This record gives sequence, C-alpha cells and structure tokens, in this order.
Amino acid sequence: MLPALPQPLQDAVRRIGLAWTPVYTVVAIVVLAVAIGFLPFLKMGLVVNGVFLGAIIALGAIGLTLIYGILNFANIAHGDYMTLGAYAALFIVGSVLPRLSIESSGLGPFTFGYPMLIALPIGVAAVAVMAIVLDVAVYRRLRNRGVNAVVLAMASLGVAIALRGLVQIIWGGDVQHYPRESKPVYHLPMDVRVPPDAIFIAVITIVLVVSVYVVLNRTRMGKAMRATADNPDLALVSGIDTRRVIWWTWALGAVLAATAGVLLAVFQAQLLPIMGWRFLIPLFAAVILGGIGNPWGALVAAFVIGISSEVSTQWINPSYKPAVAFAIMIGVLLLRPRGIFGGGRD
Amino acid sequence: MALLEASDLVAGYGETEILHGVSITVSEGEVITIIGPNGCGKSTLMKAIVGLLRIRTGSVTFRGADISALPPEQIVRTGLCYVPQTNNVFPSLTIRENLEMGAFVRRDDYRGRVDEMFRLFPDLALRPAQKAGSLSGGQRQMLAIARALMLDPALVLLDEPSAGLSPAMTGLVFERIREINGTGVAVVLVEQNAREALGMSDRGYILVSGENRLEDTGRDLLDNPDVASLYLGG
Repeated sequence: MLPALPQPLQDAVRRIGLAWTPVYTVVAIVVLAVAIGFLPFLKMGLVVNGVFLGAIIALGAIGLTLIYGILNFANIAHGDYMTLGAYAALFIVGSVLPRLSIESSGLGPFTFGYPMLIALPIGVAAVAVMAIVLDVAVYRRLRNRGVNAVVLAMASLGVAIALRGLVQIIWGGDVQHYPRESKPVYHLPMDVRVPPDAIFIAVITIVLVVSVYVVLNRTRMGKAMRATADNPDLALVSGIDTRRVIWWTWALGAVLAATAGVLLAVFQAQLLPIMGWRFLIPLFAAVILGGIGNPWGALVAAFVIGISSEVSTQWINPSYKPAVAFAIMIGVLLLRPRGIFGGGRD
Repeated sequence: MALLEASDLVAGYGETEILHGVSITVSEGEVITIIGPNGCGKSTLMKAIVGLLRIRTGSVTFRGADISALPPEQIVRTGLCYVPQTNNVFPSLTIRENLEMGAFVRRDDYRGRVDEMFRLFPDLALRPAQKAGSLSGGQRQMLAIARALMLDPALVLLDEPSAGLSPAMTGLVFERIREINGTGVAVVLVEQNAREALGMSDRGYILVSGENRLEDTGRDLLDNPDVASLYLGG
C-alpha cells in the first residue's frame, strides 16, 4: 500500500469517497511528471510520452503483480496475453465486424473507428476466458502436484512461447495495424505533441484503475483475493474457495493485460507478434519496483519506469529503452528488494 | 451423541507420519484442552481435523456427518472453525475486512454478528479500518478468534491462543474464551499455559509422540501428580 496519509486527511478522503483514491494517485503522478518536465535539461514532450507509456505499463503490471501475489509465481506469459488481446481485437475489427458490414475508422478525434469500441471488450473477454482455460489445463495440474514457483514460471515461459507461435501461425509475423485514419496531432506549448489516441489511453487507464480499486476494496471476491494473497491457508479455513479466487485473479489480470495490448497497438500504430514479449521487462521492473503483490506500488512504479525510459532517449539510443527499465529493476533488487513501498516480498 | 468424533487419525507431512492413531471426542458446549510435549502432534491434530492436512487413515465425524474427505473451505460451512497459532489474521486487510472474510460463506446479512464481535472485543471496535498487520499481539489474537466466530460455529479449535502474550493479556484471552463457551460454543484448546487451560476445561487429553497417553476431566488431570510432574512443569 501507499504510505499512509495523516489521519485527518484520511478521514477527509473517506468522506469524499474512497473510490477516488486511485484517481488522486494518477492525477498526482501526472502533475508530478509535468513538474519534472519543467526541469530545464528535460524535454517536456518526452515526459508526456512517458506518462502514456507508463499508463500502458501500469495496466500490465497491476495484473502481473496481483497474479504474482495470489498464485505466487512470475507469469512470464503476461506479455503474450497483451499480444493476444491486441490480435483478438484486430481479428474482430478486421475480420468479424466487416462481414456484418460494421466498418469505420476515424471516430471523432481518434484514428480508429467505433468498431474498436465493440472489439475491445469482446477481445479482452476472450483473453480472460483463455487465461482461465490455461489455468485449468496447465497451472492447476501443476499446483495440485505441489510444484514450486520456479516450475510454474517455467511452465508460463512455455505458454508464452506457445501463444506467440500461435499468433504467428494465425496472423503471420509481419507488421499489422488496426483500420486507421490519420488525424492531426495536438500541439501543446513547450513543443509537446500529443496524438489524440493518447486521450483514449488515458481515459481507459483511469477507468480500469478505478475499477480495480473498487473490485479489490469493495467487492466480496476482491477482498477474498487480497485475503488469499495474504495467507492462502487462513483463506481456506475461513471458507474462501481459493480455486475460484484464482480464476477471478486470472480473469482480472488478463482483462488488464489484453486492454494494455490493444492500447499499445493503438499507441504504436502497429501490431507485432513480439510486441508483448518485448514489454515484459518494463512490466517486471514495475512489479518489483512497486513491491511484489502490491497493485498500487505497481501503478506508481509503472509511471516511474515509463517516464524514465522515454526521457532516457534524450541521451541514449531509443533502442536501449528496455535497458533503462532493466537497470532500474536491478538497482531495486540490489538496494530495496521489497520495492520502494516496502510492502512486497523478497 | 458427540459433536466431534475423531477416531484413529493417522496424518503427517510428506514422508513423516506425526499422528499414529489419535482419537478425541467433543460433546456440545464442552471445553477440551489438549496438552503434551512439543512435537507430540497437537497442532497437526487440529490441521487434520479442519482439512488442511490430508488424513491417511481414521475418520472425523462432525454433527454426525463424516467430514474426513472434505476440503477445508467446506468443513467450515458445517460450523467447525479454526484459529491457527501464527499468521491467524490477514495483515493487509482491515479489522472489519478480516471479520467479513470470517463470514465469507454467509450469504445473509452478517452486520449484526460484526457488532456482536465488537461488543465481545471492544478493542477491535475502536478503529475498525485499521490494518490487522499493525495490531498488537493481543489485539491480533482477539481478531483471530473473532474472525473464527463470525460463522456462529458449534465448535472452535484454538491453537495456542495465548502464545507470545503477556500474562495480563493471556488472562483476558482466557476470560473471552470462557464467555464464548458460555454462549454454547464448544472449544478445543491447545495450550502452553496448561494449568490455566485445564482449570477451565471439562476434559483434557494428553498426547505423546502422536498417540493418546491420558484422558480425564480437567480437574483430575490437574490433581494427578504424574501429570503435574511430567507435563505441567512440576
């Protein structure tokens, strides 16, 4: 959890409605980021880019850290759940909906059309179902045999490779993109250029982060997830069906990952079978920096990673961006293995 | 008819067998204390009864139904709740959320039960939004017991409820256990403070090396000179 606010502030927040806490967090991060952007040796444009990249990392990392906390292993296939989400949406928007004569691009200021708003939830739901099926087919069998976390992580590496292979077989290895229309970029002061799709990314991220907050703190299943992450045996003797908790955790993590995949494909204006795999290092960097199992730590850490990676391109070759995330991850592991908020595990 | 009847339980971890055929019975509303040297299988017995540990042979019946093969999350539904010795609260959940998790299987409105728990343990009512991880040892133990009581069980198994507590706090915990028993809940205790526990128990069992050694009323066990010298520290 985030460092506790002073009691009167906490009470005030509670009165206004706790569900606003994640909104405050995101707003505070953005304000802080922009303030950093004013530093004379930094380019504001890169900082703003970093915020959008951070938002996508956050969606992936929150799910990854929840799965890590509850199932107790590093899901190496998480990046490929993102890829699959992006391609599932492509399949719906590019192959299914046109047959129903639903075709359009250039919705309002955005490059994509309203079919995307149909494809996103359906594609994301499909990935969530797939995540549960994979649990039943792979991970549950292994859990029942009492294997350790390394075996589960290796199994997820296998799942990752298999999923990427599947994407390559179905859609090929070439660059693809959603039906799109060129749209003017917003020119803001300080040489900041914001693509209109970034607004979409921001809105979806805030909606999902608030939803996760509400699920974890307000719903029976969400509280059971936190309880199971705390102590699986005590959850069992409290009557919590941890098998169902695990399925809901997969579903939630997959929804977040698949959405992140679609947003990444929109943001980069391309889909590649390797797009999610390449995203794995920033995801794990955010999970570790935020403290394993701590979704709010992962949220803040994702923006730290996103902004640092983008800003670094001012001095180093952009192809080294993942190296920045990697360096941060190694630094945290050496100095603060439990993450910046100390809530996580070693 | 006995409320709980565990007969000839054999259980253990991996290759190691800890219980070599232990039997206990508990009647409605009874307080039972299980004592014995370290490693005799007291905690293992509790885990086997609540389903956290697979029973190899033997059987457990509760309210006349065989629960030996049920998973733990279904055993609690029958009205048999358990408080482990350590890690017995959810540290990142608030006090209120811990109680809600205790009531997880209840589909009815359990808010009245939460208020009853707050009356029984007034310390918990002071800051219901406080994280359980930041509670003192005594408060944590109270919360652990309250969590287990949320289902209004017929029987609670308490593993070392006084472990790590100050003598004053221990006294308070025992007082609460007596109150809980006063409402008709049967209690099985595993205790280091064997004298105090036996003093409030209807009956007691002494386990040694995973086998029943002695069974008697609490009073008679306390008065038994052999028990005193061997298991109650002289």
